[in-house]
Amino acid sequence: MTAQPAASTTPVAISNESPEILLEAHRVSRRFGGLLAVRAVDLVIPAGGIISIIGPNGAGKTTFFNVVAGIIDPSGGTVSFRGRVLITMPRRVWLESLAWVVPSAIAVLVGLLLGAGSAGEAGILVTLAVAVGLMVVVLVTAIARPRWYQDVLARVGIIRSARPNDVVAAGVGRTFQNIRLFQNMTVLENVLVGMHLKLRSNLLDHIISSRRQAAEEAQAVIRARELLRLVGLRGREDELAKNLPYGDQRRLEVARALGNDPVLLLLDEPTAGMNPRETSEMTALIARLRDDLGIAILLIEHDMRVVMGISDRITVLDHGERIAEGTPDEVRRDPRVIEAYLGRPAE
Amino acid sequence: MNARVMDAAPQPEAAPPSLRNRARAFSTRHRSITVIVGMALATVLMPVIVLLPPFNSFSSQGVWIDGFTIAGIYVLLALGLNIVVGLSGLLDLGYAAFFAIGSYAFAFAASPFTGIDIPFWPMLLVGAVVAAVFGILLGAPTLRLRGDYLAIVTLGFGEIVPIVFLNSSTYTEGPNGIGGISPPSIGDFTFPSVGNPWPFYLTMIGLITITMILVYRLQDSRLGRAWMAIREDELAAAANGVNTVTTKLLAFALGASTAGLAGVFASSKLTLVSPNLFRFDVSFTVLAMVVLGGMGNIWGVAIGAFLVFLIQTVILKQLNIFFGNVNVPILSDVDFLQYQFLLYGVALVAMMLIRPEGLFPSRRRRRELHVEEDQDFAEHGDAMGAAPE
Repeated sequence: MTAQPAASTTPVAISNESPEILLEAHRVSRRFGGLLAVRAVDLVIPAGGIISIIGPNGAGKTTFFNVVAGIIDPSGGTVSFRGRVLITMPRRVWLESLAWVVPSAIAVLVGLLLGAGSAGEAGILVTLAVAVGLMVVVLVTAIARPRWYQDVLARVGIIRSARPNDVVAAGVGRTFQNIRLFQNMTVLENVLVGMHLKLRSNLLDHIISSRRQAAEEAQAVIRARELLRLVGLRGREDELAKNLPYGDQRRLEVARALGNDPVLLLLDEPTAGMNPRETSEMTALIARLRDDLGIAILLIEHDMRVVMGISDRITVLDHGERIAEGTPDEVRRDPRVIEAYLGRPAE
Repeated sequence: MNARVMDAAPQPEAAPPSLRNRARAFSTRHRSITVIVGMALATVLMPVIVLLPPFNSFSSQGVWIDGFTIAGIYVLLALGLNIVVGLSGLLDLGYAAFFAIGSYAFAFAASPFTGIDIPFWPMLLVGAVVAAVFGILLGAPTLRLRGDYLAIVTLGFGEIVPIVFLNSSTYTEGPNGIGGISPPSIGDFTFPSVGNPWPFYLTMIGLITITMILVYRLQDSRLGRAWMAIREDELAAAANGVNTVTTKLLAFALGASTAGLAGVFASSKLTLVSPNLFRFDVSFTVLAMVVLGGMGNIWGVAIGAFLVFLIQTVILKQLNIFFGNVNVPILSDVDFLQYQFLLYGVALVAMMLIRPEGLFPSRRRRRELHVEEDQDFAEHGDAMGAAPE
């Protein structure tokens, strides 16, 4: 099936000529109440690498995944993409609401005082309108959170973790353990939503139905069909996603995640529930994504044949802790891994 | 982007190019033209139809056209709410608030009460923008909510806004409302409130046509897909790069702006606004129109709104007169207008049981609700690993 990748592409040792590091998780922790689901996990993903996370059920694999994807905030540690810290523990978030409440309250007060002082009723109305307008602008900025706004906040010491869409914008795509397609949209539409960030048309384009938008949409459809062909779903563009068979739904999710041209793909149990034929097709697809498109992959997987076959390095989690890390062969021989999976040998 | 994909062209459809299919293909390619042609047909046909037998016995053509104009206000409202509820899946029970804001915006801008007189046409835009701003303000606190919780909060906002207008009587004349609002005018010609119904009717048709074209364009765009994605699965949408916060806020703002447009038109047509025009039953009626018409389908929602309004205001009234004239024993004493909400309730329950996709479902929704039975089996077969080969 899939041969072990050639040594030249396998970043086993961190040497001087090692490829660029895409993702670096540094001591990531996540606490749910009294349970420390993930504790101080480190992980490095180089460009073009396939890194797997394995571990028994409840080991914290999916929690770690969700932290990396920006869906839940970490309780400690950081995750950086290409050297830029995106995911971190939120700090002094409550201050942010003051950041827009206080200026707008002052604006309203000043407006009222000015209006009451001289300008009369029309003056009050105008100043109120200006104050409300200002408030809306600040509010919308706080909601849309553009990059410069985050930088301003960071300077005052207000740190927020990235939202999932920020992580996607940084070049990370993901799939879900329990498939989460847009069930009632067609296969093609699913992929087009996956290309959301690649498309640049704005509200004005939509309203005037601009030529730029039409050209972009036509290009997008071509690209989406290309992605569908890549995962082997050609000719099924107009079916509703929920009417696809199970294995195809998983492949559609991969195609959708590829839409924004990620450099790193997070795959959460991509072969769960698949029969052997579908599993080997999926394994081949994953290998192809790396070899042909150069996409790095972070994989959570239970099927050991898949993991051992395609991974460059494997991280083993147990009870939220990293108990081993290394090449497939090293991990296979590690006594702690054997113990976690099989239990302590009887003595 | 690679150009080596030309062979990925779709397989030709097996269906013969019947007139129906060709018409459908044309309408998806040229949405705006289709809307304009459809609305033009309706504009001409409706006044003609009411001259024909059963209808002409009810009332004169002028009264009918006046009724159509008022119905048009509800069509606009339904088109706007369709963005929020039908496309984005955000259940908004306080939609009348934005209608009220648009109406009062024009009342403030063009009535003897404030002494300002800004013409109608620019105020259409201003009213839409003001309502959109309030859409953002009221939408922002609800962004983290969904389903039932969202419905409750929007219900609260829908109640608060008319009550604010009711209680701040220094600025709004309270329960009396603001009267004497100027009608639109073009040059020296001022639209008559009574008598000639045509100017208002044609303006309404114009507004609906433009709104429909815009809503269609939004629906077919990247933004429309993002709305639908949020309706389907918000987390997955976020994980595919959709900024769910701004996208939802845009849905609120654009939905509200349509209501603002309708509000400006309504206050200018009625020359009066008062808080009791915007009670909960307006929000509810518009929601019922969207559901009955077929959520997500723009034409369906428009026609649904039109029919519901006609039934509500015309048919029920005619039933009263009819049974009164014929002197049917019990029925002649019944005031059917009082049973309007009972009838809504019955109609909604019946719809949900018989035709859950609405009277005029979008093709997508019809598939959602009816293909299921056939697909269930196939899907399970595959999930169990029993591939047909």
